Amino acid sequence: MSAILIIAEHDGKQLNPSTAKTVTGATGLGISQIDVVVFAADPDQVAGQAAALQGVSRVLSVAGEDFAHPLAARLAPEVKALAGDYSHILAPSTTFGKDLLPRVAALLGVNQVSDIQEVVDERTFKRPIYAGNAIVTLRVPEGIPVVATIRTASFAAAGDGGQAEVTALDAQAADPGHTRYIKTEGSDGSGPDLASAPIVVSGGRAMGSSEGFDIIYSLAARLGAAVGASRAAVDAGYVPNELQVGQTGKIIAPDLYFAVGISGAIQHLTGIKDAGTIVAINKDAEAPIFEIADLGLVGDLFELVPELEKALG
Amino acid sequence: MKILVPIKRVVDYNVRVRVKSDGSGVETEGVKMSINPFDEIALEEALRIRERGEAEEVIVASIGGTDVQQQLRTGLAMGADRAIHVETETAPQPLTVARILLKLIERESPGIVFLGKQAIDDDCNQTAQMLAALWDRPQATFASRVELADGKATVAREVDAGLETIEIELPAVMSSDLRLNEPRFVKLPDIMKAKRKPLDVIAIADLGVEQGAGFEMLAFEPPPKRGGGKVVGSVAELVDELKNRGLL
Ligand SMILES: Cc1cc2nc3c(=O)[nH]c(=O)nc-3n(C[C@H](O)[C@H](O)[C@H](O)COP(=O)(O)OP(=O)(O)OC[C@H]3O[C@@H](n4cnc5c(N)ncnc54)[C@H](O)[C@@H]3O)c2cc1C
Repeated sequence: MSAILIIAEHDGKQLNPSTAKTVTGATGLGISQIDVVVFAADPDQVAGQAAALQGVSRVLSVAGEDFAHPLAARLAPEVKALAGDYSHILAPSTTFGKDLLPRVAALLGVNQVSDIQEVVDERTFKRPIYAGNAIVTLRVPEGIPVVATIRTASFAAAGDGGQAEVTALDAQAADPGHTRYIKTEGSDGSGPDLASAPIVVSGGRAMGSSEGFDIIYSLAARLGAAVGASRAAVDAGYVPNELQVGQTGKIIAPDLYFAVGISGAIQHLTGIKDAGTIVAINKDAEAPIFEIADLGLVGDLFELVPELEKALG
Repeated sequence: MKILVPIKRVVDYNVRVRVKSDGSGVETEGVKMSINPFDEIALEEALRIRERGEAEEVIVASIGGTDVQQQLRTGLAMGADRAIHVETETAPQPLTVARILLKLIERESPGIVFLGKQAIDDDCNQTAQMLAALWDRPQATFASRVELADGKATVAREVDAGLETIEIELPAVMSSDLRLNEPRFVKLPDIMKAKRKPLDVIAIADLGVEQGAGFEMLAFEPPPKRGGGKVVGSVAELVDELKNRGLL
């Protein structure tokens, strides 16, 4: 019997949009039973949000004090304990899913499929390799569960309107006691979420300093956009790490993407190739970013970006 | 304490990788090969830990054909004390790699196994987590800062929300992110010295590793190309274009 289990990503209060995208990826498998499991200190609110997603059959809600922060070493045995009932175990390809799911797969003694971008059939998938320079089609052998992360940029979020039942379950594993959460430092979460914002404005090394980034933040605010960055800008300390877009940062698919003072290295491009429209602003007409940009503007960004903001009224 | 650093030989990150015309794989013939950049960062961190006096020995290990010895020699030239080459002609998938590494752990009893968070060829991002599971030890993935004290490690991890700090007991598995450090350059005398450092070769059969059912790779294809765009002459023109496309 085929059935899918999705591990919900959330912050204790809100279901992360990556979960709704994973549900859409799961829908493509053509399997009707789609369960979502929520591990949380107090799962009710998040479980309710998961139950409202279109396509979800059932929500399993598991409460536990030590689920307050998701630790792979704590959660993997819990997922393993549920795994027997499922043919497919899925999580979003976010740092949450990437941290947890390989640990689950190893406990189950199977390999894991990373970053599914297309479902061919129940056991056959396409995924990017070599920073997206190649796409491989692979098949998971019969007789083992499919354990996979879903490349969230490839799937739209499942809509609301579902009415799945919520079943409370008890935790089944013990805290291994060797891993302790201490803290998370990050942006205050006030601006739009980079991973799901419809418009993103990214700055590169050319911004020159944190202050240089002010014009990026200002344009983003005018557009209601999230701010992103290249690795070079993050490495230089202009902006925090969670803003990095690319092979090893966030893979995003906004409707509109501005690459400002970014050369267009393959590792950056792989993070934006599913964007709707890419706008590049660069003073070097030969920069590789123009090879993939839908709209290019050649010139000094320190003049053009403020001018653009003004032109938007 | 020993630190084990597994390193993978991969196509250099500067190479523009091409899919073979028959779709059977990716062109690797005559292409520059290097240590996976994340593994190089992991090795650098291990060396720094040893140089601070918090570890005695750094061992690099690689799995593959004879040519992985080039990357092991580079690792020795960077400063690793010795190398282990697990010889196999097949390219094992992450679970098998983790099982092989577990066998090396049983032989070497390291306090830390430091891996790269992902290999830039298959981009899997799995092996460290799988190894931690099989070893039943803590994992600190995507490490951006590592501090050791009293048999514990405090690790700041690069996560989607920012920087997450966790504390783990050793022995443990860690995986490096980009900003953990900047790897040193190898100097010529170090390359000479590296030639005299020990490099053990172990046949994969001697490790008794179960090579479970891997995935079958059916086809490789280049990514769809994005249609070429156009260059506009002014900000006003850009705004018009965006409005015409319904984006503003
Ligand atoms: C293993 C690995 C993983 C990586 N992962 C990522 C990743 O996830 N994301 C990522 O982004 N990179 C990643 N990189 C790095 C990538 O290879 C590039 O080095 C990086 O993207 C370059 O950033 P940049 O475009 O901001 O800087 P640069 O390449 O230096 O480009 C700066 C651009 O700004 C332009 N410019 C300068 N001044 C002005 C001005 N006044 N007005 C207008 N334009 C100006 C220049 O013409 C140039 O094109 C990775 C690299 C490796 C090895």
